Amino acid sequence: MAKIIVVTSGKGGVGKTTSSAAIGTGLALKGHKTVIIDFDIGLRNLDLIMGCERRVVYDFVNVINGEANLKQTLIKDKRIDNLFILPASQTRDKDALTKEGVERVLNELSKDFDFILCDSPAGIESGAMMALYFADEAVVVTNPEVSSVRDSDRILGMLSSKSRRAEQGLDSIKEHLLLTRYNPERVEKGEMLSVEDVKEILSIDLIGVIPESQAVLNASNSGQPVILDKDSDAGQAYLDTVDRLLGENVPFRFLTVEKKGLLKRIFGG
Amino acid sequence: MSLLDYFRSSKKNTASTAKERLQIIVAHERRKRNSPDYLPQLERDILEVIRKYVDISPEQIAVSLEKRDDELSVLELNVTFPDDKR
Repeated sequence: MAKIIVVTSGKGGVGKTTSSAAIGTGLALKGHKTVIIDFDIGLRNLDLIMGCERRVVYDFVNVINGEANLKQTLIKDKRIDNLFILPASQTRDKDALTKEGVERVLNELSKDFDFILCDSPAGIESGAMMALYFADEAVVVTNPEVSSVRDSDRILGMLSSKSRRAEQGLDSIKEHLLLTRYNPERVEKGEMLSVEDVKEILSIDLIGVIPESQAVLNASNSGQPVILDKDSDAGQAYLDTVDRLLGENVPFRFLTVEKKGLLKRIFGG
Repeated sequence: MSLLDYFRSSKKNTASTAKERLQIIVAHERRKRNSPDYLPQLERDILEVIRKYVDISPEQIAVSLEKRDDELSVLELNVTFPDDKR
């Protein structure tokens, strides 16, 4: 039985797909057979972030409609064993996903995967609801910024009322906060909400803090999940996040301003 | 802390403003989320009744239903009366 994790946020552009790609890749690096599903029907982008956009033949909607089977549709990652991508359809709309169809595909994937990562679209419409409905755990991606925090709280409400676990009275979805685009310098200046602030407002457990980093854009430019850039701050922060998702107790890094040495201050860098 | 920092910190810290605003709106929206469907209509009806006697606007009335435990729910009604009508 696979563990189903939804990566969601409510607000767009906060880093859901970047995080899905990084976390999915990280789980596979740890030896867990992982599939990342793009639920953003009509606005497919996970393929681009994962660098497999030219290998898409069939998509999620084709599988739901029985026009292709999973074996034909899943894209196997060329870099990492155990990692697969199920791309979204680019030509259909959100209504192409049915609860029954999604459930059938998830059940089939559940048989031979350890983790199923659902990359949710933004918003609270049917696509986003479908992505979170069957989840066991949720990674709520949030930027330290007012509209993102508010939308995350809205999504937390959905997770606890509109999911399968809520409807069937099962144990509730395990919710995790992933704070992205964090800038310790601005936090220190009092210009940005701190980790503690966001934790206090949303009152859920913190799974990771990803610093604002040039590595993220470089990674998406080249179709490499940022977690593979192991020298980068963001890559390391995602590696820590994956460890915590797997139950390890890892201290948080990149939360404070890096003190520059005297030479660096004089000569720059 | 240098002298320059001292003057800087006297400016309004926008992060703390953001936090305060978020705490208020999030608490408000959570209350709404967990309240029964009839609450907005109840609020409108109460407003109409009060308006028969005192002219108040919708912002001056707040109705909330708070569940204390399994057996007890408290309906809280807050009405701000205009000064001249007191």
